[in-house]
Amino acid sequence: MNFRWITKSVIAAAALIASCAQASLEIIITEGVDSARPVAIVPFAFVGATKPNQDISQIVSADLMRSGKFNPINAMRMPQQPQNSSQFNASVWDRTGVEAVVMGTIKEVGMDRYTVSYELVDVVKAKGGVGQPMMNAAGRIVGGTNHILHASEITITGKQFRQYAHRMSDVIYEKLTGERGAFSTKIAYVLVRDRQEYRYQLVVADYDGENEQVLLRAKEPLMSPSWSPDGTKLAYVTFERKQSQIYIQDVYTARRSILTSFKGINGSPVWSPDGRKMAMTLSKDGNSEIYVMDIATKALTKVAAHRAIDVEPTWAPDGKSILFSSERGGRPQLYSVELASNQVTRVTFEGEMNLAGKYTPNGQAIVMVNRTNGQYNIARMDRTTKFMQVLTRTYLDESPSIAPNGSMIIYSTLHGSNTQVLALVSMDGRFKARLPATNGRVKSPAWSPFL
Amino acid sequence: MNLNKVLKGLLVAVPVLTLAACSSNNETDAGDANANANQPVVADQGLSDAEQLRQQLEALRQQNTIYFDFDKSDIRSEFASVLDAHAAFLRARTTISVTIEGHTDARGTPEYNIALGERRGQSVQKYLENLGVAAGQMSVVSYGEEKPVDAGNTEEAFAKNRRAVLVY
Repeated sequence: MNFRWITKSVIAAAALIASCAQASLEIIITEGVDSARPVAIVPFAFVGATKPNQDISQIVSADLMRSGKFNPINAMRMPQQPQNSSQFNASVWDRTGVEAVVMGTIKEVGMDRYTVSYELVDVVKAKGGVGQPMMNAAGRIVGGTNHILHASEITITGKQFRQYAHRMSDVIYEKLTGERGAFSTKIAYVLVRDRQEYRYQLVVADYDGENEQVLLRAKEPLMSPSWSPDGTKLAYVTFERKQSQIYIQDVYTARRSILTSFKGINGSPVWSPDGRKMAMTLSKDGNSEIYVMDIATKALTKVAAHRAIDVEPTWAPDGKSILFSSERGGRPQLYSVELASNQVTRVTFEGEMNLAGKYTPNGQAIVMVNRTNGQYNIARMDRTTKFMQVLTRTYLDESPSIAPNGSMIIYSTLHGSNTQVLALVSMDGRFKARLPATNGRVKSPAWSPFL
Repeated sequence: MNLNKVLKGLLVAVPVLTLAACSSNNETDAGDANANANQPVVADQGLSDAEQLRQQLEALRQQNTIYFDFDKSDIRSEFASVLDAHAAFLRARTTISVTIEGHTDARGTPEYNIALGERRGQSVQKYLENLGVAAGQMSVVSYGEEKPVDAGNTEEAFAKNRRAVLVY
């Protein structure tokens, strides 16, 4: 009896570990590395006995590469591998074309305690110039430290390496671009494994697909995950009661509660920027319309109604208007409704249809699914010039979600014969990557806010 | 009471047989189908109500799917006889309710397709309502593009997925 119980729990534990350890998503960069800025992430020196299995410099290198803006050079091509800025020789780096070098050291300082120090050096500034540090004949820097863009030291445990490496990437990215890094963010998505009983899974992972965490397994479809602005909760749609319902689930405690269960559609929940309200699609009156619900009081306001289909609300960054897709003009196009006046304005005119509109974080552009010549692709429209640019060439693109720093769009697309995969495209369309799952179809990605 | 049940069963038997005839039309010619149609009426009289219901549901489940054109939600005339049979059954069996599932192909966004799938479910509901089925016996649920019968991305797969299914 006892033995059987032990065997059972060992098997259960093994299954749990297996499902935690597998990284479902990998990232395959398909376009845009050539135009990226060359940088060097020198492999960090290690001083100590037990080396942690996470490689900080490799994680930072991968982060910067995936940003689409940087092309970290191979360690073999580095003219030297300095551990700190005093070992840095500007003259040998000058010829590599590399514009910035990251170097550092990891020291084991106790039981699972490591001191990580690193520096970010600007090669151009290090070469010298007016008001800049000077090189002596040996190429060593003498004088100022203007060329050191950032220096930092911290003591962490081995487990924290990955998270800290993403934080380093955030800092390096911001120092070099002036824009906040989004490497410490997460994505939520729906994983579908057709041969399993609980074939639909709601998954949260680091932005790079690591640290997958299954929030919910279901026999019926899961749709439209949406992050609360504080990054602690997800709203989503389930069909577990054989009808659509909107749930809110805490990402950390996994506790969940039902928000709506009206007759008909309970769809596309989206949190307001202040986190107090939820925009959604309901068809309780017989036709799909746009509503806003006060989450605390559950008070419901209809904000856009027409006998044609109205779906997919999304908030303007200032929370004062809602963008949605409507068939009121014939084919689906994007419209905006001002919440104070209920005034509706048509926003898109180009293409056969436009769906799933999302504002960029600065509010200057709208990203959407555009159909032109029967092709569904991700497009971006500048709100001032109305210039529309189709960013992707993939097939049947849907569910675009924008990184909180506005640099990248994650979306769902069809790759190969019938595999739904996630894909990335930079806001300028130059960088493209695919995130295939090792097992199953992946859809409905939602990029978290800054965490 | 018992007689009433038998009468009801008889009333229902006719449209269901029409459905059976429809389904055999594909393989056999009309003459054959009509010849077969006469027999079960006699046989049915001996069956218990539960057994009759079981058989009726089984026949209806054989033809419970109707298909739609791309981005459309209107009922194609070829599906009139299928829906007639379901309507006759539901009129006779007022305690039975049906869920009409609306589905779409993978084109367009998942959220838009939920609305389109609901449109398809609703047009089946309206059609049956016009044939006298009580609104209270029917409910519509849209799964949009979430439950394809064929996960492929060919035109044939898309056509199979653009459907409404009557589920008892």
